[in-house]
Amino acid sequence: MADLSTSICGMKLRSPLILASGITDTTGASLLRAIRNGAGAAIIKSVSVEPREGHKGHVVQEFDDLSMINAMGLPNQGIKHAIDELIEAQKRTDAPLIANIYAGTVEDFGLLAREISKAKPAMIEVNISCPNVHDEFGTPFSALPEAAAKVTKEVKKNTSIPISIKLSPNTIAISQVAKAVEKAGADCITCINTLAGMLIDIDTAVPILSNLSGGISGKALKPVAVKAVYDCHEVVKIPIIGTGGVLTGRDAIEHIMAGAGAVGVGTALFYRGQEAFSLINAEMKEEMKRLGYKSIKEMIGLAHH
Amino acid sequence: MTLQKAMEMGVATPVKLPIAKIVDEAKDIKTFFFTHLLKSEPGQFIMVILPKLGMRPMSISSDNGAEFGTTICGVGPLSNAMMEKKPGDIIGIRGPLGKPFSGRGNHVVLVGGGYGSGPMAFWAERAIARGMDSKKIHYIVGARTKELLLFEERMRRAKVNLHIATNDGSHGYKGFNIDLLRQVIEEAKHSGNPLDMIYTCGPELMEKAVFDVAVETGTDCEISMERYMKCGIGICGSCAVDPDGLLICVDGPCVNKETAAKITEFGAYHRDASGQKVYYKKG
Ligand SMILES: Cc1cc2nc3c(=O)[nH]c(=O)nc-3n(C[C@H](O)[C@H](O)[C@H](O)COP(=O)(O)OP(=O)(O)OC[C@H]3O[C@@H](n4cnc5c(N)ncnc54)[C@H](O)[C@@H]3O)c2cc1C
Ligand SMILES: Cc1cc2nc3c(=O)[nH]c(=O)nc-3n(C[C@H](O)[C@H](O)[C@H](O)COP(=O)(O)O)c2cc1C
Ligand code: FES
Repeated sequence: MADLSTSICGMKLRSPLILASGITDTTGASLLRAIRNGAGAAIIKSVSVEPREGHKGHVVQEFDDLSMINAMGLPNQGIKHAIDELIEAQKRTDAPLIANIYAGTVEDFGLLAREISKAKPAMIEVNISCPNVHDEFGTPFSALPEAAAKVTKEVKKNTSIPISIKLSPNTIAISQVAKAVEKAGADCITCINTLAGMLIDIDTAVPILSNLSGGISGKALKPVAVKAVYDCHEVVKIPIIGTGGVLTGRDAIEHIMAGAGAVGVGTALFYRGQEAFSLINAEMKEEMKRLGYKSIKEMIGLAHH
Repeated sequence: MTLQKAMEMGVATPVKLPIAKIVDEAKDIKTFFFTHLLKSEPGQFIMVILPKLGMRPMSISSDNGAEFGTTICGVGPLSNAMMEKKPGDIIGIRGPLGKPFSGRGNHVVLVGGGYGSGPMAFWAERAIARGMDSKKIHYIVGARTKELLLFEERMRRAKVNLHIATNDGSHGYKGFNIDLLRQVIEEAKHSGNPLDMIYTCGPELMEKAVFDVAVETGTDCEISMERYMKCGIGICGSCAVDPDGLLICVDGPCVNKETAAKITEFGAYHRDASGQKVYYKKG
């Protein structure tokens, strides 16, 4: 029997699937729903110091079979309320709940790490890679190794909870960034956030999203994500949460073979509904049985020869 | 769902439609008609998109197969911009979205408040078009005053049982539509032909009062809920309700009595654009 239970950074997971940040997860109740539906852990929507309303307008559009582009603009309740949501939700489940923080300055990342630690999340994911708030905050920290390392150090200084730095494909060398954050003390990396992109409506000659550009997720992102995981696994020893385009059990195993220890799932919730987790879990078991694997751990990094 | 099915469903990009006709319904309330095959069911909604102003959920207030309407109340930037629109102006529309009312019930009462009367009137017209006897439909509409009542003429033409309440007594019963609801339920019970379904759409505290009457009288009911919706397609989570994280844009907006009973925030609070709780003011 294939066993889906595994562990990463001290977190025990009954499935390697983790609800990715920003997908139907602004409240604690939403995290619990993902867990009920079969996720091994769940990551809350990125939290900032102050509440944010996000972009107005056309913020998300699905495209070409199973892909999506979004520019939500990081709407969230702000740190104060997010702490309450996490504490209340954690009372109702044994599964690990993971925080996710976002800031425009290194200092604010430190402040958020210190504050969110009060909720005692199982891990803190650090979103240095949102492609959709460029106008407001400039180039994301994930674009350059030094900037990414600076944030990592500051966050580490402010918390004793394991941290995962969320990397971006929108950089010249993701493996260089991965190496830099590992050296700066990261316990884990999440690979990857969305890939910057644009859709244009040719009838009106206007970009479809109100923000003009957005982040690509879903199927179109998968090969980019798998390569990012592969490249990072080559150069770092810390575990990787592979994220991007996981819609089926096969996709999840691809990420694991590239080097992921756990797998984020986002856009699949749109295409397959809230039951995406249980469906992908079942498909993984099926594939593992077919291929003769008994555990998640034995498949990690198998594609590296 | 299976991936195959998801692929077959394809993707829905917004359409850009010229306004075919605009009808003034009441002060700052207008219905916008579009000539388009929307294929919607009563209770579903669309996203109205205006460049720079945003994308906002609006209920479908009529759809006869050739033309659909949405009834908008001017309350803020986007809805007020709609009030300035003229026939021929182009509007971005995404939909139909969400779960409609079920259509169940052989003797039903529709309770609408404000622009929530739109989906109620649409429900009546669709049911009649499908063969329901108009005398088996009660339409209760309430407003502060006569000028704010919606779709009275339209429902008179549909020949449903019409019950009108105004708070100031300027038209129909003086009082709240909840009082009328109790009366209608009582009368139907005494005449030996009890009501078997209540549908409601309107301000949340009114809906909650209707729900309480449904529980009290043991009548089935369905409610169209409103929550802040940023995407309308079940991806962003802004419309999630406590305690189970149901997404009102895809698991609703129409919910049945059992579901409504489990939503602890129903009638208590909703969330704003950032996700912070906003408590309803009682009374
Ligand atoms: C399922 C559903 C159906 C609706 N049907 C109608 C309708 O038929 N007619 C109608 O006039 N209005 C309807 N609304 C409400 C309508 O979406 C808001 O009034 C509108 O978005 C206001 O936008 P604004 O830019 O004009 O004003 P804003 O100043 O942005 O908002 C005014 C108020 O509307 C609410 N609101 C704003 N944006 C949203 C949003 N994206 N989702 C939910 N509430 C919001 C806020 O609570 C705010 O207090 C519906 C809402 C939902 C969720
Ligand atoms: C609508 C939407 C909102 C997102 N919001 C966030 C966010 O707030 N913080 C974050 O770190 N990532 C965010 N992401 C990125 C996802 O967590 C994930 O990295 C990406 O979507 C790739 O995974 P997927 O292909 O499974 O969706 C968002 C993605 C989508 C589609
Ligand atoms: S509005 Fe985005 S999930 Fe419902």
